[in-house]
Parts: sequence; structure tokens; C-alpha cells
Amino acid sequence: MIVKRIIPCLDVKEGKVVKGTNFVSLRELGDPVAMASLYSKHGADEIIFLDISATNEGRQTMVDIVKDTAENVFVPFTVGGGVRTIDDVTRLLKAGADKVGMNSAAVANPELITESSLRFGAQCIVVAIDAKRFEDGWHVMTHGGSKDSGIDAIEWAKTAEQKGAGEILLTSVDTDGVKDGFDIELTKTVVDAVRIPVIASGGCGTPEHFSEVFEKTDVSAALAASIFHEETFSIRQVKDSCKKQGVNIREA
Amino acid sequence: MIAIVDYGMGNVASVSTAFKRLGYEVILTDNIAELEKASHIILPGVGSFQAAVEEINNRGLKEPLQRLANEKPFLGICLGMQLLFSEGYEAGFSKGLDIIPGTIEKIETEYLLPHIGWNALTIKKGHQPFQSFQDKHVYFVHSYQAKTDDKFIVASAEYGTEVPGIVQKENVFGIQFHPEKSGEVGVGILKAFLQEGQK
Repeated sequence: MIVKRIIPCLDVKEGKVVKGTNFVSLRELGDPVAMASLYSKHGADEIIFLDISATNEGRQTMVDIVKDTAENVFVPFTVGGGVRTIDDVTRLLKAGADKVGMNSAAVANPELITESSLRFGAQCIVVAIDAKRFEDGWHVMTHGGSKDSGIDAIEWAKTAEQKGAGEILLTSVDTDGVKDGFDIELTKTVVDAVRIPVIASGGCGTPEHFSEVFEKTDVSAALAASIFHEETFSIRQVKDSCKKQGVNIREA
Repeated sequence: MIAIVDYGMGNVASVSTAFKRLGYEVILTDNIAELEKASHIILPGVGSFQAAVEEINNRGLKEPLQRLANEKPFLGICLGMQLLFSEGYEAGFSKGLDIIPGTIEKIETEYLLPHIGWNALTIKKGHQPFQSFQDKHVYFVHSYQAKTDDKFIVASAEYGTEVPGIVQKENVFGIQFHPEKSGEVGVGILKAFLQEGQK
């Protein structure tokens, strides 16, 4: 059977890996290709790059990073951030990305999902959803989690599936950076609402947070950034913890 | 020199690098003379069966590939593996290269499709070069699978149904998953193919 995936996420700004807490205050960490290569050697099942560059030069650098990664990393990798048009999707896939993630642009124009999915196949189109809890439920947040779209996040997940998304990358804006565990309630609600794989993101602080989200929800994968980058825990430790809890993982 | 057939279906950078890492020279080409000179032929591919068949036919590659499959070690990867079979049913009916008897049909399973992710291999008895990959995880991305005689199946994965992972007919091998995305295990499987091909 298919295993649960453990995914390190690398936030890349102008060619360098950085990680924010609650989407603000960035600090520089390192070379994206070297880090992706190291993570794949340590047993990462997949790598996600999130490009948070603000400039065109930064975006062009990302394409070079993708090319370099395709030649040096032997696990699948996804690239998201700043994907606005079908040309952006084409450029990243052509450079060697296995999947492309789209967020704000898909909210503004859901047809971008359909167009990309029809051209390249649903398996390489990931819709990233940043969700935040409000009194009337979870809302989709855009622009790096800063802007409330007013759209219901659960309904949006279903729409993304209908439009042709192959996977959902679900980030809880409430738990992101807090390191107190994944947002179980949000994750479970989205996973139960769709028939495509969901990646849980936001809030991981210990290896046990991974096994918890796999035990309490049917999520396909879970993602973390800072616990790996800061070498608080290794991917090996996360997998050992999952295995001890009976989670089906890949031995690498 | 290993030739990777470049016929416009998907990115081949990782496949190419995987072989280079094993110490081989690699050429990406759809030129028949170049393919004839190569020691091994690799047929990669991502996309739909029908579109791939059209690309192969438009480039006049069908007959040369069928001939080369009789002459030297030949490996189809993912969609390239599916093309080795007689017929495909993705986006309508189309004829494949008909190198291995069988059809390509939608996976019948209660689980989610596409079949995406790391799944464990079960190696059939009698395939010694691949025995060390028993229970190893490899990366799959597909919705269609080969339906063929058991004697051509070297390895399979369980996904609510038996999904062929590695197939073989004499010097022709097919790999449904992505060895170039399957970490060290994937590289090891490519190495096993290269060693088998030299026999």
C-alpha cells in the first residue's frame, strides 16, 4: 500500500532558503538545491519549494534552481509560489518540477486549475489552500496568508478538486509557525470532503505531531519546515516515531 | 552510450542524470542512426498513451523501435513501459509498439486515482537480479496499468489490485514507476537493468 509521505518544505526567497514564523520575519538559511539533496538522502519522500521572491529576478532564479534540483535530487519535488499563468506552470514543469502548486491565482481564476490540469495531467497540479478560522468557519486566505478572500475553505477544496486539482496542500494559518501540532480539525474536515490526496501543513514542532496527524486523519502526507531546517529533528527521527506508532512509512 | 528516446513526451533530465551517475554516457535523441549506435535504448514518457503513439508515429520511430527491441537492451519507463504493449485504452483505443503482448487499461481499484506515491514492490520468484528490491518502496504516478500474462511480470505493487511494476520479455524491460524519482532504490533498479542487459 501507498505510504504516508514526510515532506520538508523550503521557502525560497531570491534564490535562498528562508523560513517565516506566521508568514513574517524571514531569516536566511541556505542553498535550496544542497538542502533538497541532503533531505532526499535523509529519507524525505518529496520536497516542496515555495518561492516567495518579490522580484522577477528572484522568479527567474527559481527556474534555475528547479533545473538544478531535477538533475541532483532523486525524489519528486513540487514548486509553488507566484504561479499566476499557464506559462508559469509550463516553465516550471519544463525545467523539471514534478508538480506545480498554485494558490492566490487559482482563487482569482479557478480556470487556471482546469487549463493546467487538462494540459499536463491532474497528477502535477497542486492547489495550495491557506485556511484561517473565523466564526462562520474556515476562510481561504490569499497573498501569503494576509488577505481574507471570504471564501469558505472546505467549499474551495471541493471546487479545486472539481476543477482538476490532483492534490491539495492545506496550510492552517492559525497553527503555522506555532509548533504546537497540525490543525487536526481543519485537516480532517478537508480530507473527508475530497477524493484527492491532501498534504497537511502548519504547526509541526515535534516528530509526534506527524504521527498524530496521520493517526487522527486520513491525510496522505504532512509537511514541516523549521524543525528540519533548524536541525531540531531529523527526517529519520520523524519516520522512527511514525513507525513506532504503526504509521505506514517508507524506509529509505 | 545509452540513448534516451526524446520524442517530446515529458522531461527527461532526471532519467538522464540517473544513468550519468552510474557512469554511462547518455544521448537524448530521436535520430534513428544515433539510436542504432547506442548500447541501450531507454524509452521514457509522461502523458497520455494516445498522444505518445502519435508522437512516435509522426517521427517515424515505430518500426525502428520495434526492430531495436530485438537487438539490444531496451527499457521503457512509465508511459514508455506502457507503449511496449499491444494496445492502449487511454483517451480512446490506440495501437502500441506491440513488443510485449498485453493491453493498457484503467486501474480498477477502490482507492484514489491516479495511483500516486511510494508503494512497496513484490518481486516474483525466479527474478534473482531484482530479489533485493522485495518490499522496497518506489514512486508511482499513473492511472492506467498493464494487463498481461503473468510470465512477463517481474514485480508488482498492491493498490486494491495487482499493479505491474516491472515487466520483462527477454532483453526488453518495462518499469511502471519512476526509478529516477525513487531514490537509491530506483538507481539500484536501473543498475540491475543495465547488468541484465549486458548478458
